[in-house]
Amino acid sequence: MEQLEQIIAAHPLFAGLRPEYARLIGGCAHNVRFEPGQLLLRHGASADEFYLLRHGTVALVLTAAGRGALTVQTLGPGELLGVSWLVAPYRWMYDAQALETVGAIAIDAACLRAKSAADHDLGFELAQRFMGVLVRRLHAARLQLLDVYGTHR
Amino acid sequence: MSVETDAAQVIDVAGFSQLLGWLAEQGYRLVGPTVRDDTIAYDDIASAEDLPRGWTDEQAPGHYRLKRRNDAALFGYAVGAHSYKRFFHPPWETLWRARREHDTLQIRDEPSPAQRLALIGVRACEIRAIAIQDRVLMERDPLYRARRADTFIAAVNCTTPGGTCFCVSMQAGPQVSTGFDVALTELGGVDPPAFVVQAATRAGRDALTAITHRPATEAEMAAAATAVQHAAGQMGRQMPSTDLPQLLLRNLEHPRWSALAERCLACGNCTMVCPTCFCTTVEDTSDLSGREISRARRWDSCFTAEFSSVHGGSVRPGTRARYRQWMTHKLATWPEQFGTSGCVGCGRCITWCPVGIDITEELAALAREAAQ
Amino acid sequence: MDTPLLDPLRPHIARVRSTRREAPDVWTLELDADQAPPCGFAPGQFNMLTAFGVGEVPISFSGDPAEPGRVRHTVRAVGAVSSALTRLDCGAVLGVRGPFGTGWPLPEAVGRDVVLIAGGLGIAPLRPALYQLLAERARYGRLSLLYGTRGPRDILFRRELEAWRARADLTVEVTVDHATHPWHGHVGVVTTLIERARLDSDRTLALVCGPEVMMRFAAEALGAAGLAAEAIFLSLERNMHCGLGTCGHCQLGGLLVCRDGPVVRYDRVRDALRIREL
Repeated sequence: MEQLEQIIAAHPLFAGLRPEYARLIGGCAHNVRFEPGQLLLRHGASADEFYLLRHGTVALVLTAAGRGALTVQTLGPGELLGVSWLVAPYRWMYDAQALETVGAIAIDAACLRAKSAADHDLGFELAQRFMGVLVRRLHAARLQLLDVYGTHR
Repeated sequence: MSVETDAAQVIDVAGFSQLLGWLAEQGYRLVGPTVRDDTIAYDDIASAEDLPRGWTDEQAPGHYRLKRRNDAALFGYAVGAHSYKRFFHPPWETLWRARREHDTLQIRDEPSPAQRLALIGVRACEIRAIAIQDRVLMERDPLYRARRADTFIAAVNCTTPGGTCFCVSMQAGPQVSTGFDVALTELGGVDPPAFVVQAATRAGRDALTAITHRPATEAEMAAAATAVQHAAGQMGRQMPSTDLPQLLLRNLEHPRWSALAERCLACGNCTMVCPTCFCTTVEDTSDLSGREISRARRWDSCFTAEFSSVHGGSVRPGTRARYRQWMTHKLATWPEQFGTSGCVGCGRCITWCPVGIDITEELAALAREAAQ
Repeated sequence: MDTPLLDPLRPHIARVRSTRREAPDVWTLELDADQAPPCGFAPGQFNMLTAFGVGEVPISFSGDPAEPGRVRHTVRAVGAVSSALTRLDCGAVLGVRGPFGTGWPLPEAVGRDVVLIAGGLGIAPLRPALYQLLAERARYGRLSLLYGTRGPRDILFRRELEAWRARADLTVEVTVDHATHPWHGHVGVVTTLIERARLDSDRTLALVCGPEVMMRFAAEALGAAGLAAEAIFLSLERNMHCGLGTCGHCQLGGLLVCRDGPVVRYDRVRDALRIREL
């Protein structure tokens, strides 16, 4: 358990986190491993746990009829996989597929939501950190949307 | 900074014609004001008869009319749509031609445009404009350098400013202070006209020596000075005396630009008549066989969409951005690039704007609104 | 033969020695410099290339500055002139004027980490800098190339990227904006690579080249990673025509990009880039 807390505190998402919060989060966490090709998240499934990636790369994939599987983003070590667990209806919007062997910390979403509801300071701390990731991803998604390398005439 | 001039002399119209004759003998092409297309236009002249004798002009925003004077003054008008820039930096010129033979290609230069050019009746605003273009082009453009190298300038102190003039507030006139060989001041109320003349260069002294002249009297010198002082008080416009670069660069997103864009037609007239606007583009052409190829350079205007195009489109797609580019370049970034303002206060951009946009009024409004 | 009068305005004749297709619409031309002047250049500078009878466009050097006899330019077929250039066969003549503009500040990079951030065709003007950095590898700290482009088939200089990726003294990360299988690399904009790169903000000099929007985002991301504006250099994109600072086309605020750029320090243009349509 102690080791999990240390891993969580060392993850960029939780850099500088107070030890008692790391302990609270650690209480909802466990180690996981995925083989290449394996799905970590499945489009439409209930968002029951999210992942702090430690090794390997994961692709967020949307499958569109006639266009096949479109990768919209890849995530790697030090990054967060899964944000839909934060807000109702707690469902994944993409498939997340391991491109390599992936090592991660899985965190039980319902467990962490309950702890945040009970301790708003923890909730605020988490909200700040997840909001940072969300805003950066929103900016990146918009830049992606601009298709800046295309020819616009 | 003023040049040293010799003691003032007086010449009459015959003396003035002698001056033109002497310059022609020295191999100069003579260019000066003429009446053409109901405007004052700069063109080849041979004698005083070719000048707009007895003419004046009426100028206001979007308005220009030639009118008769009730005297026979040779220089009793302000500037028209032409400026002297066309003689050093022509509206259109071929840069080179090339001929393709099988798989080789030979480039041929055009003949050198070097010239001996004498400009007659050049006002202070025009001299300032030439000095500004010298700073932009002299070092970098070999064709400009060739055309400009051998120039004789017979300046005229302006005694008849137009309704859109503001050279006083740009510290550019009406008195010429530098950049001329001889300077004339037309004496008012004398019929036929007479001129107080001062030489400032060796060529100017040589010219004066060759023509009939006599020393100016105290009264004539005083009359000449008074005429120029009077002109300084007759400016139709005034540029706000604020720090223009700062005003413009701090207000690049001011709503005034949008209001201006609603009036501006983006026709580019202001850039064509401006005596300092120097922008050009090149056009390559070939005959149908692809054997004869040439590149021409022509004046361009920052008011066109293509002017700022990068692959993917225009950097300045709207009139707001294009007008802002023109005005901020002229008054705010020009000093940064070339160490002088790009404006001489000649008023052409006001007179020849089809909707009468007045650069001095716009800046005053921007200063007023920005201060609020 | 050569009258000095028109020198800066008249192109030198060069010949295409070889062409290489880099992507569906991008070609690298290697020029025969026999008739052109000995073309030493600084990485980041550009030439004006003439497709005779069509027109002239600014194109960055994309070859190795240590090989002045092998002038290379990488051209994307976008407009009439660039399309004509990409259609030239071996032996065809074209015109060359240059080199023009400022180069990447490699002397300033000595003793520091260097990150090259390329977007799309922006890798072409950075490639000469990378050649030089690698040739003098011992003089620099950590070197990385972060390269983002539209899709897998738009990746330029693939073979070299593979070779560079195999080096232990250079980090190469490539990402694409859009991908379908079988791409197994990164997907996401190039700024996401900056966040992952763990740059040593006090030691790093960043050289950025790509579309203006991409460079703005990249500069912001570098700022967020702790780099000072003084440590970030951009290669600006404007329509350079004359290369001499006399045609007025390439202005950005007070800059004449052909003369004061294309490579400029970020603090010099940060404010100007934030103003719409300047």
